[in-house]
Amino acid sequence: MSTTAPHHTEPRFDRDGTWVGASVRRREDPRLLTGRGRFVDDIALPRMAHAQFVRSTVAAGTVTELDLTATRRTPGVIAAFSAVDLDLGDITAILERPAAEFVPTDMPVLARDRVRFVGEPLAIVIAEDPYAVEDGVEAARVTYDTAPAVVSADQALADSAPLVHDNAPNNTLLDVSLFATEGIDDVFAAADHVVHVEASSSRQNALPLETRGVVAAWDDRDEQLMVQTCTQVPHQVRTVLARCLGRDERTVRVLAPDMGGGFGQKCVVGREEIAAAAAALRLERPVKWIEDRRDALSAAFLAREQRYDARAAFDAEGHILALDADIVCDMGAYSCYPFSAGIEPLMASAEMPGVYRVPAYRVRGRAVTTNKAPSAPYRGVSRPQYVMVMERLFERASRELGLDPVEIRRRNVITTFPYTGVNAVTYDPGTYLESLNLCEQLVRDEGWYERKEQLADAGRILGIGYCCFNERTGYASDAFAKRKMTVVPGFDLSQVRMDPSGGIVVTSGTMNHGQSHETTFAQIVASRLGIDVARVKLQQGDTDRVSYGWGTFASRSVTIGGSAASLAADRLGAKLLHIGAHLLETQPDNVELHNGAVRQRDDHSRKLPFSEIATVAYLRADLLPKDTEPGLTAEASFDPAGDGTFANATHAVVVELHPGTGQVEILRYLCVEDCGVTINPQIVEGQCRGGIAQGIAGALFEQITYDSNGEPSCASFIDYKVPTAAEIPDVEIHHLETPCTLTESGAKGVGEGGTIGAPAAVLNAVNDALRPTGIELDATPITPQTVQRALEARP
Amino acid sequence: MKPAAFAYHRARDVDGATALLAELGADAKVLAGGQSLVPMMNFRLARPRHLVDIGRLHELNHITRDGSALRIGALTTHHTVETAGRQLGPEFEVLRAAMSWVGHTPIRALGTVGGSLAHADATAEWCLLAVLLDASVTVRGPCGSQRSIAAADLFLGFYTTTVEPDELITEVTFPRPAPRAALTEFAERHGDFATVAAAVDLDLDGDTVRGGRVALGGVAPVPVRARAAEEVLRRGEVASVDLFAECAAAAAAEIDPPDTPNGDAAYHRNLARDLIERACEEALAR
Repeated sequence: MSTTAPHHTEPRFDRDGTWVGASVRRREDPRLLTGRGRFVDDIALPRMAHAQFVRSTVAAGTVTELDLTATRRTPGVIAAFSAVDLDLGDITAILERPAAEFVPTDMPVLARDRVRFVGEPLAIVIAEDPYAVEDGVEAARVTYDTAPAVVSADQALADSAPLVHDNAPNNTLLDVSLFATEGIDDVFAAADHVVHVEASSSRQNALPLETRGVVAAWDDRDEQLMVQTCTQVPHQVRTVLARCLGRDERTVRVLAPDMGGGFGQKCVVGREEIAAAAAALRLERPVKWIEDRRDALSAAFLAREQRYDARAAFDAEGHILALDADIVCDMGAYSCYPFSAGIEPLMASAEMPGVYRVPAYRVRGRAVTTNKAPSAPYRGVSRPQYVMVMERLFERASRELGLDPVEIRRRNVITTFPYTGVNAVTYDPGTYLESLNLCEQLVRDEGWYERKEQLADAGRILGIGYCCFNERTGYASDAFAKRKMTVVPGFDLSQVRMDPSGGIVVTSGTMNHGQSHETTFAQIVASRLGIDVARVKLQQGDTDRVSYGWGTFASRSVTIGGSAASLAADRLGAKLLHIGAHLLETQPDNVELHNGAVRQRDDHSRKLPFSEIATVAYLRADLLPKDTEPGLTAEASFDPAGDGTFANATHAVVVELHPGTGQVEILRYLCVEDCGVTINPQIVEGQCRGGIAQGIAGALFEQITYDSNGEPSCASFIDYKVPTAAEIPDVEIHHLETPCTLTESGAKGVGEGGTIGAPAAVLNAVNDALRPTGIELDATPITPQTVQRALEARP
Repeated sequence: MKPAAFAYHRARDVDGATALLAELGADAKVLAGGQSLVPMMNFRLARPRHLVDIGRLHELNHITRDGSALRIGALTTHHTVETAGRQLGPEFEVLRAAMSWVGHTPIRALGTVGGSLAHADATAEWCLLAVLLDASVTVRGPCGSQRSIAAADLFLGFYTTTVEPDELITEVTFPRPAPRAALTEFAERHGDFATVAAAVDLDLDGDTVRGGRVALGGVAPVPVRARAAEEVLRRGEVASVDLFAECAAAAAAEIDPPDTPNGDAAYHRNLARDLIERACEEALAR
């Protein structure tokens, strides 16, 4: 383990002979920063038409008439199709669980008669330009037999609540108790202290800067439907497209161009991309759909609306004895594919004990369905919420026991590894205690504790909060299978190919949508082969170029995809060595890869550049060793062993509360993170900062509310308060490095950590500041009005 | 989020613009910087059949000192005001300083003073400043007619003014210097429309407050003057934290703010009090 201050080194060839660990400048930046990227909306095909959707204006009810006559007559409109016109299969996510535990929902591509949320697509309109298509949408006449809307989990679970899906009693799509330690009630009964937290988080939108979009076109020559769409999971989109359209997957090619973020919202299959593809086939014209911001805010996949009723038992010394949690996630109108409505409650149930040694654990996780836009994974998936609850439980216990909040954590974090928890998960080594100690030290060294006291004398209200957490990354096939998914992500594939001139192409089934894969994968492969990083090019996002893959989500890309690329590079390297030794007329064990060449170990002056070996492999196959096939292509797959790997971090936040306005001002934000070997420190820091910004967004700003009719509150950024750069503080990041033994590069995933830690850290800091009032807040976002009201209770 | 179809007209001069407005009637809207109108059209909340673009009426882009008064052309952008320190001088520094509250730089670069007044958002900085400083707005109508509307008579209600559909705002006049004035706001995010905005203009004689004006945005359908708060300022007391607190409390008591998604009436009232106190302090410090 080593600790380093923030650093931004220029690329160096020698960091133990590798590119790994250098802040190589992002390969993506030149084109993205000069407007030469290619996003879906940059694509224009000949004869391309434009699509938008007629969407339900009621949250619950039945469509009694959908009249598209005026739409079809609107100038510029080419066609309008309803569910009846297109006759597509439904999108259905299934878990292998009994009906008492899981109820699948069929999500039609276009609603047939029943509508379940405001914004649900009813018909697709296609026109010559983006203006006429909106005229056409506006001209549609829809009449509804409106039914009472179910707009909250409470309402959904109430006796005699109207049913969102007739096959889902109590509006419950998932009801599972993954763990229930025997005798846990006795532990609570005998414990010195029991603390209780009721916490909730609001519905949020993952809000990629680029909204969803697709361009679909039939290609006669390839006999393929070509679907260019911004997705994190190209192969999954291909599978669902083929199923809904009743075609072989061979006849569908999904391409994902540059993407402006996804954060999980694009790792599920959207109805609109299927409908646009179906329309393109029907019309024999390319069809483009670009989701506008209003639809993106209200009708895209949402997330995070959860509530927890949690208790924890402690002994007199502050050791946690038991955890009991009842988790209800409001998943909206449908299950998302492939994860299902179980995604949030199962994640929370499986992982809630987190970094702490919890001896006894009982959990009930439920997914309820409501008349709201459906939920999909969002960066962190439930972890921002359950971490917040765990951290609140520890804060509350620290108050009850009169223990320092950091000290009580110190007494409970896992310190010996591997550790198998009460949740049957085995944790690989991490720096839970070390990150906590370092983070606290940084806060102390900067004098925040003294400053807080001094400023309190001047009437200013400061608070300090911490959050210690881990993040499971690199979920293996087994991990998803344990959750009883019927499609099980886990492995990934990579191919590494050297061309006759010595250039390298890497394919990966992961899908960059802002994570800098082009840079980090090139670093990984360049390191393995001892070649200049500039000669390595990553290809992703094309189901024809990439043999197969599960895309990018759950911080899996570098851990799984990167390991597959490493293994493929090793295989290619072995072949280079084999050919090189033959051509150098030396023994295979007397050669090594170095600086773009195979060189002889006992005589460094004897070497063959890769280009010469590649020339032989393709153009002079007659010179190859007899046992060697021509060409330089290697493929590998990787599926992590065991329970994957856990990254970890501690965040510390100092806030000031302003009594006049109720504003929460973040004065200091510190992050001590450990993602194993950092491939590229600058990119890791970028991931941390972006994640923390989204975590702060959840803690203080963003929420989508619904009125009693199920009308969403947010049509624009006036109402949906995504924070801007002005609201997000500087974040100082410190690195600890516990190399991971389960992945090829030693890296752990780092995509989600920032988002996970921020809400708890901010909430704890606010509550620390509110301490004199006796009020504790356990719901996010913390609005100015809430803070102002709480401060009125000051003595 | 594309607008409904409309016909586009470019005005060549003010008379041309008013003639077009007279001819096209209530179906026409004036396009200046487009920072409020265009988003509303994209949401199809506004569906003008005709747009009269006054963007090239350069005679409406000016900042002119006229004796003790200041005249600002309707087409002057927020950014122009923000960077016009020398023309405004300390007498009208409040206008320059207030511009940092208007949206973000791109909005300030295109949005105009006249457009903001015509749009009449109850939290808009220009509306609040006009009411605070007893400004008057010059409008031109058909056939060269011209009239002046006092700010107090300009705003009718949510997004509505007494400017007729065939009239064009050409200028706003601030009648007297306001060297000890300040505007402050609170919004959850920088650049948002304020939850509440407050502006204060103090009449100081040495340390003594002889009087002053207090205006609030976001607490009523239109920007309002807080008369009870102004009464407190008129008592002729030495400037002090207590005086300002009393002034702010009087304002908070006299308003009847709405419940909004940002907070309930009581929250708005508390905000008004806090912001007025701060505006008073800032005005005093100028």
